[in-house]
Amino acid sequence: MTDQSKIRNFSIVAHIDHGKSTLADRLISFCGGLTDREMSEQVLDSMDIERERGITIKAQTVRLEYTANDGQTYILNLMDTPGHVDFAYEVSRSLSACEGSILVVDASQGVEAQTLANVYQAIDHDHEIVPVLNKIDLPAAEPERIRQQIEEVIGIDASNAVLCSAKSGLGIQDVLEAIVTRLPAPTIGDTSDPLKALLVDAWYDQYMGVVVLFRVYEGEIKKGMKIRTMATGATYTVDKVGTFNPKPTDRKSIGPGEIGFFTASIKEVADAAVGDTVTEDKRPTAAALPGFKPAQPVVFCGIFPVDAADFDDLRAAMGRLRLNDASFSYEMETSAALGFGFRCGFLGLLHLEIIQERLEREFDLDLITTAPSVVYTIMMRDGTEQQLHNPADMPDVMAIEEIHEPWIKATIMTPDDYLGGILKLCQDRRGIQTTLSYVGSRAMVEYELPLNEVVFDFYDRLKSVSKGYASFDYAAIGVRQGNLVKMSILVNGDPVDALSMLVHRDRAEGRGRQMCERLKELIPRHLFKIPVQAAIGGKVVARETIAAMRKDVTAKCYGGDASRKRKLLDKQKAGKKRMRQFGRVEIPQEAFIAALKMDD
Amino acid sequence: MTPLAVYIHWPYCARICPYCDFNVYKSKGAGGDDLVTAILADLRQWREMSGPRALTSIHFGGGTPSLMSDWQIGTLITACGDLWTAADTLEIGLEANPDDADAALWQGYRAAGVNRLSLGIQSFDDQVLSFLGRNHDGAAATEALDMACRIFDNVSADLIFGHDGQSAPDWAADLDAALAFPITHLSAYQLTIEPGTAFGRAAQRGKTLDVNEDMSAQLYELTEARLGAAGFTHYEISNYARPMASQAQNRSAHNMAYWTGVDYVGAGPGAHGRLTTDAGRIATTAHMTPGAYINAVAATGSGILDTEALSSDEVAEEYVMMGLRIAEGFDAAHPYLNGRHFDMAELSAADLIETKNGRIMATDKGRLVLNEVTRQLLA
Repeated sequence: MTDQSKIRNFSIVAHIDHGKSTLADRLISFCGGLTDREMSEQVLDSMDIERERGITIKAQTVRLEYTANDGQTYILNLMDTPGHVDFAYEVSRSLSACEGSILVVDASQGVEAQTLANVYQAIDHDHEIVPVLNKIDLPAAEPERIRQQIEEVIGIDASNAVLCSAKSGLGIQDVLEAIVTRLPAPTIGDTSDPLKALLVDAWYDQYMGVVVLFRVYEGEIKKGMKIRTMATGATYTVDKVGTFNPKPTDRKSIGPGEIGFFTASIKEVADAAVGDTVTEDKRPTAAALPGFKPAQPVVFCGIFPVDAADFDDLRAAMGRLRLNDASFSYEMETSAALGFGFRCGFLGLLHLEIIQERLEREFDLDLITTAPSVVYTIMMRDGTEQQLHNPADMPDVMAIEEIHEPWIKATIMTPDDYLGGILKLCQDRRGIQTTLSYVGSRAMVEYELPLNEVVFDFYDRLKSVSKGYASFDYAAIGVRQGNLVKMSILVNGDPVDALSMLVHRDRAEGRGRQMCERLKELIPRHLFKIPVQAAIGGKVVARETIAAMRKDVTAKCYGGDASRKRKLLDKQKAGKKRMRQFGRVEIPQEAFIAALKMDD
Repeated sequence: MTPLAVYIHWPYCARICPYCDFNVYKSKGAGGDDLVTAILADLRQWREMSGPRALTSIHFGGGTPSLMSDWQIGTLITACGDLWTAADTLEIGLEANPDDADAALWQGYRAAGVNRLSLGIQSFDDQVLSFLGRNHDGAAATEALDMACRIFDNVSADLIFGHDGQSAPDWAADLDAALAFPITHLSAYQLTIEPGTAFGRAAQRGKTLDVNEDMSAQLYELTEARLGAAGFTHYEISNYARPMASQAQNRSAHNMAYWTGVDYVGAGPGAHGRLTTDAGRIATTAHMTPGAYINAVAATGSGILDTEALSSDEVAEEYVMMGLRIAEGFDAAHPYLNGRHFDMAELSAADLIETKNGRIMATDKGRLVLNEVTRQLLA
């Protein structure tokens, strides 16, 4: 059994692109966890999408052995955490399994919005924090200024911040020494006590089935042991126990203070409730660990196959993704416009994008994604309450007393130059400013914003007004009543359900006009003219007309053209299958996709 | 006897026009006897496949067949007459470039049997001709058309409309210039930007080369009105014929073969053919480059690169697609249709299609949007 005083469990928290994953790779490589040949870039980001986008989605863990300057060998359990706000929930559970954190800050860019959000979470978990200034080899690095900034903005001592360059390998040993000397060992637990372990994460592995990542507090977990998950009450027999070094390595048992994985013939990831306490079936621990509340989807959208024949494949693919990602939810939906599909819930916009991309890439599906919407709480006149996930399901307006919408607190950090544009953007999105402060030439502004104004394209707009320099993070702050209306889009008099949306009354006309103008460009001319209208209830707020087709005829069609024109005709007929019929109007799917990608 | 049209493709051009997507190769002046030899052999192979037939027409297209010598033309015409049955009134047409206008050569063509010349005028306006990448100017166009009308009884002028910036009066001026001559036929083609051409590439780079849909419709309607007033019948989307008291309708008999589903020989590089065999209708494509074509004929006796057996649906759809282009439409009981019925309720109600004497045809209104009408009719 490992000497508990020689164990260090830690996370790395950072803003995106500040070098978290590169540093993790360096630590693994320094400790000899992998040979050079095995060391592909950013080992911990194992999904293609993670690697391409340079982000971490699933928390990962690795067990390292490090012989420190004091001559002792330490066991370092590194939990890599996602940096993005959508995955704050995963950050939180990773942090709860550790005693300390390394705070990585880019030595030239300094503290960013996500740095703040993540470090505050670590502080909330009573973590000891070691600041690390990364990228100090860059000419623009200003370690002194950034050190000061960390102290001013975050309020932790940064005088002994470690300087390193994960890219060049500079200062890696200093980081490891800081982990060993400055982060605490786990609280002593007794191997002979009843098992008490935290279920940190669970995922589906093609070869091993459902793999559970856990942290032992008391007792030990052994192969063959009959265990029970305390919240769900299910019992399992442990098939396999091991650690990630970073390759999965079998071990006989894992004791207090350690992090490892087990498999126990669990059928679905959803059965392994994250945050649950794992104990021995026959000899349960007295009290369960506090656990954490499950992540709630906050953004919803419809996902439909472009080709209706792919529906079953899409259903299967969703099931497979859900195996690995319990935070993603889906249920069947039918749309007159788009056929059979699913209404899906996500932790945020990035999460939505990632799921969509994985469905298209890993399962080779062509998809249409409808405009994202948030969950509205509808207070009915009869005193009941409804959760509205889809604007198309909105109840009769006469029966509605009030509509409540979710709000967030957004933290934005930006160079001074872009502040004006950002304030205007937030103002335009119904934002309420709560704080505006400066750290050097960087402004930090906090706004309260309705989430439905953010889910559209807020992040893209923010990037564009700040030329990419602003950073953004948000936290939910509950629901508030809003003056919201359902806006329908009518094409040739027929409502198109996939395009209906809930909007604030003051912004309805603008949105409606924009949508009509866009559809006018996107819907091809027909043999007759087509009115496109935006309406609230029975009242039309915007209107455009698509003129009737004037001329569409091939100039030359002789003997040499017949084959080509006939094939073109066949292709166009096949193309019709990708069109959706609304009354007499055919709308190409590209038009839906483009119309739903709204930007101001 | 079953009719047959013969198309002979001469792929050489002195200069490649930026809008042209035909199978063409740059070459100056005379020559090409090796190609003539190959085409002769290919025609013999076609005779093997077709069996005895009555010719409706022989057409020399290109490329620029007016780069051929009168001897070359004469040899091929004689060969066709030997292989199949040819009536005295057989239409023998040739496409000519105003560039190559040469009274002696054209007299030679006429002596060899050519009785219809279609002249690629395109425009009488110097600026337009230069935009279209043509070698001739307006004066040369006038001179060539005058010469053609003196030598041939049957002359067609080809014009192109719809380049960016063209106004209705501009186009009317071109039409009037052509109408000043005793032409029997006029083809008015809307400028079409085809992928793979110089214009296609320019359009891809974002250059506007042609007029928009509304202007194009306006110019099309102007053509119809102007030529109608001059006594021309609008018998196909882009084609107008001037019936003469002395002669027949003056339509292009050769092109009518394409539009009415008559079989046709496609000889010469890249030429397409259609032939009804015992096993059904086939579509043929000849080897594209002159070199490959000549080699293939030398090796196998045939220039055909690819033979595609058309399904009965494909035969029917092609017949409908081609037939809707002409004023009298297609025969609703034609064997090609194999008993197929069409749902015309909506198209008739919209006055786009009509039925008369067992034929289905596009109305004037329907012809303007014929691609969409065809799509709906065949849906």
